[in-house]
Amino acid sequence: MAELLFEIFCEEIPARMQKRAGDDLVKLMDAGLKAAGLTPNGSRALTGPRRLTYITDVETRSPDVSEERKGPRVGSPEQALAGFMRGAGLTDISQAETREDKKGEYYVAVLQSEGRDTADVLTDLIPSVMGDFPWPKSMKSGDTDFRWVRPLRGLTVLLDGTSLNGITVGGIASDNIVHGHRQMGPGPFEVSNFADYQAKLTGEGHVMLDRDARRERVLDQAKAVCAEAGLDLVEDAGLLDEVTGLVEWPVALLGDMDPSFLELPDEVIRLTLKSHQKTFTVKGADGKLTPNFVIMANLETPDGGATIKAGNAKVISARLSDAKFFQDQDRQKNLIDYYDQLDEVVFHKKLGSVRDKAARVAALAREIAPHVGADPDKAELAAKLAKCDLVTQTVIEATSLQGQVGRWMYEAEAGFDADVAVAIEDHYKPQGPSDAVPTNPVSMAVALADKIDTLVGFWAIDEKPTGSKDPFALRRAALGVVRIIISNSVRVSTLELYLEHAQNHYRNTLFASGDLQDFLLDRLRVYLRDQGQRHDVIDAVIAHGGDDLLAISQRVEALGVFLSNTDGENLVQGYKRAANILKAEQKKGELELADFDTLSGFTAKPADTLAKALTNTRPAIDTALESGDYPAALSALADLRTPIDAFFEDVVVNSDDADERGRRLALLSAVVETFHRIADFSRLDG
Amino acid sequence: MLGLAQNWLDSRKTRLKDTFKPRVALELPTQRRKAAAMTDHTAKSHSKPGSFQDLILTLQSYWASKGCAILQPFDTEVGAGTLHPATVLRSLGPKPWNVAYVQPSRRPADGRYGENPNRLQHYYQFQVIMKPNPVDLQELYLGSLDAIGIDRTIHDIRFVEDDWENPTVGAWGLGWEVWCDGMEVSQYTYFQQVGGLDVDLVSGELTYGLERLAMYVFGVDNVFDLPFNTPGTPQSLSYGDVFHQNEVEQSTYNFEHANTDNILTRFEMAEAECKALLALDTPLPLPAYEHALKASHLFNLLDARGVVSPTQRQEYIKRVRDLARGCAESWVDGEKGRAA
Repeated sequence: MAELLFEIFCEEIPARMQKRAGDDLVKLMDAGLKAAGLTPNGSRALTGPRRLTYITDVETRSPDVSEERKGPRVGSPEQALAGFMRGAGLTDISQAETREDKKGEYYVAVLQSEGRDTADVLTDLIPSVMGDFPWPKSMKSGDTDFRWVRPLRGLTVLLDGTSLNGITVGGIASDNIVHGHRQMGPGPFEVSNFADYQAKLTGEGHVMLDRDARRERVLDQAKAVCAEAGLDLVEDAGLLDEVTGLVEWPVALLGDMDPSFLELPDEVIRLTLKSHQKTFTVKGADGKLTPNFVIMANLETPDGGATIKAGNAKVISARLSDAKFFQDQDRQKNLIDYYDQLDEVVFHKKLGSVRDKAARVAALAREIAPHVGADPDKAELAAKLAKCDLVTQTVIEATSLQGQVGRWMYEAEAGFDADVAVAIEDHYKPQGPSDAVPTNPVSMAVALADKIDTLVGFWAIDEKPTGSKDPFALRRAALGVVRIIISNSVRVSTLELYLEHAQNHYRNTLFASGDLQDFLLDRLRVYLRDQGQRHDVIDAVIAHGGDDLLAISQRVEALGVFLSNTDGENLVQGYKRAANILKAEQKKGELELADFDTLSGFTAKPADTLAKALTNTRPAIDTALESGDYPAALSALADLRTPIDAFFEDVVVNSDDADERGRRLALLSAVVETFHRIADFSRLDG
Repeated sequence: MLGLAQNWLDSRKTRLKDTFKPRVALELPTQRRKAAAMTDHTAKSHSKPGSFQDLILTLQSYWASKGCAILQPFDTEVGAGTLHPATVLRSLGPKPWNVAYVQPSRRPADGRYGENPNRLQHYYQFQVIMKPNPVDLQELYLGSLDAIGIDRTIHDIRFVEDDWENPTVGAWGLGWEVWCDGMEVSQYTYFQQVGGLDVDLVSGELTYGLERLAMYVFGVDNVFDLPFNTPGTPQSLSYGDVFHQNEVEQSTYNFEHANTDNILTRFEMAEAECKALLALDTPLPLPAYEHALKASHLFNLLDARGVVSPTQRQEYIKRVRDLARGCAESWVDGEKGRAA
């Protein structure tokens, strides 16, 4: 095995793309080498702002391969022989060997393919991997058609200590020269193998090559500069990842800002520092923010970073001044005073302004409130206030603070209501599968109303998601509805709610309501699968019908538990047997089972026992279902197991007596119908 | 976005820029060895500039020495240097083009009556266009920072992802904001599409916000305190001496006295003129484009007066975009015809 090092050097790669690019490089190079008959071993990638490096152990040549291809029998027609020779690349049948089996002699072509030097393989492979590289966004540069994430600047390929020069991609030819940190160790450096490469770049070159090591260094240093001043870093994994992709040689610096900015909400400070300055916030021992920040510079300087700190402090101060200015401007009015201005913001051209939407949501939130235990007046007020911050300067400048800004503004007003305040912020939740679900009843009412209004609205104007296209994030809205309802055990019929809403506000009940219901049920399916429920169990319950999402979810859960034990599985086997017999018998001829719908008068004892069991069990099941106690319903169903087993043990359904046959089939039909009161058991696997 | 003011958080990404294309034929050294491509471009012959005008002169002489033709500003109001026809039109078509120029830029809504130390409704951008972008454009750019006295041994220079898009002229490209100690000092873009058309040759565009850069280089907190010419000379002028009154009066005009009925009429006239010029048997995209720019500026004035509703806003932007795109398409047709 020989060491292979492949460095792609280019202009600054966006931080968010580096890690994925390293993974893709390993995957594509490994796949290409394997396809060439080589066995790369221990492959890994080093990634940073200006380079991707692939390292592996691989043979210097792929092995010779001998393949036997079986041909026609000796003496086969001319045509068959010709086809075989053409396929195997033979010019004469004498080039084939013959073998013998029980039936006689047949031809075999022995195909020898010679191994290839890995160097040759790489000469073809590297341009092909780079030509199809899956960057999220790529560009052309200069006069070449080659696309890369940013202009390509160099290639280095070292195999077994030898530089493979002249492999050309996008006009750049490989050589053994690499470049270090722009300022602290630009090089150029000649390199001969990985140890040499690593020593030169991490030494004189001042480039920390390994992403994980760099990330750790960033975090350690950031914590250390805080600790030296008796402070604590406010950790932020996302920012840490981003910063790791912005520096080749991390140098943490603790900067100061004007303490008066601490009057701003913490979230505004954190977001301002993070999103535009890629800078960490700092807290004191009491957990409160302090007037400091941590910059991760990419440079060691003779002045110990003083210039860098001063420059960053100035920019941060300008940005926080703007934030403070906007906040002061916004607070000159009460939150509700922005309500009319919402009319100037278009929600969707066919669905009116944001004020129109807020009015619809307020009305719907009132309707939903009693279902979730909220005060209808509070729900309506919260819904009207919830969108008001969208026209404040602060939110126009920092959209991600929507909801939070509204809450802060409202809480600063005299006589604010705590539930309403929470709802203003939380009504956007949950934003995604891992976001928290609102639990305050007023928040739930507004959050549900907002999402249902969005869904109904876009359904009404026929802007449904198609395939991967979901520009209005309707899947997320639907999943939000599902999660709020289930996590909070809200019993409410969704279909009823949104039909009513459509009727009230869109004067359009003609759209396919079943379609929207299916869409919600699809999200419910996804949600339940994520909770670890079996797909067939989910299908069985959903096929049973109903639009009470909570009931469906609870049924699925109960049925999942029930089926996970042997008794449950056996009972399902009994059901399947009954259903199968019924199906087979019905094929034979029309059965008017209605004529036999009596559960008494059976002569055979097992049939009579089963009939009696059904008679006893059915009311128990119905009672349990009515009270939403699905485990009890299933447990009642389980009482049928012994009589069903005994029935199949002793009774032949297919009696010669037509009347008896009919009655027995009617009994089985009753068994099946009883199961179906809980779920469509025919959907279950196995 | 390249204006003087640095927003607290730039949530509105549309950046209107002007650029033009230099006429220096380029040999693109595609096969050049990497080491050679990393030439040190530090401009040791220049001393650090001492005034606003010196900063401009330094940048001009630096880029002239790198093969750019130094153009003078375009004489129609534009919102950003990119909108100069030397960028929008010349980055299209098959001809190489290397230029640099200063462009006064007007954003009526940004005026603050000369009272805000960071905001102006009229300011300057310095633009460099190199088409096709040379392999070592990044090193050339860093050399320009050295030339204006940014000491890279103590300042932290970073290239931070920022993809540029200008829907008004159907243009986009990939590149970075260049940071110096956390402050955006330039925008750096490789154009991929202009006027809705794929570019034949990729232009590298550099935009320096001159006032902001000068405030940084000279350590000045108020734009009006910038030394305009050499301090200590008998007629030494500050930036405020030259422009403060202009900010006061223009802001007053923009926000209080601009006659919106007239402006609306003029917008429609400019639009009609542009369309008429493009509809000729032999279209005239260069004068047509000037009328598209006039329409764009007139719209900005209406916007500053607060008489444009959000819905109308989209409508106006679309109208301007249609004009700009029409000009771009017509220009490319002409260029291809002349090249054939």
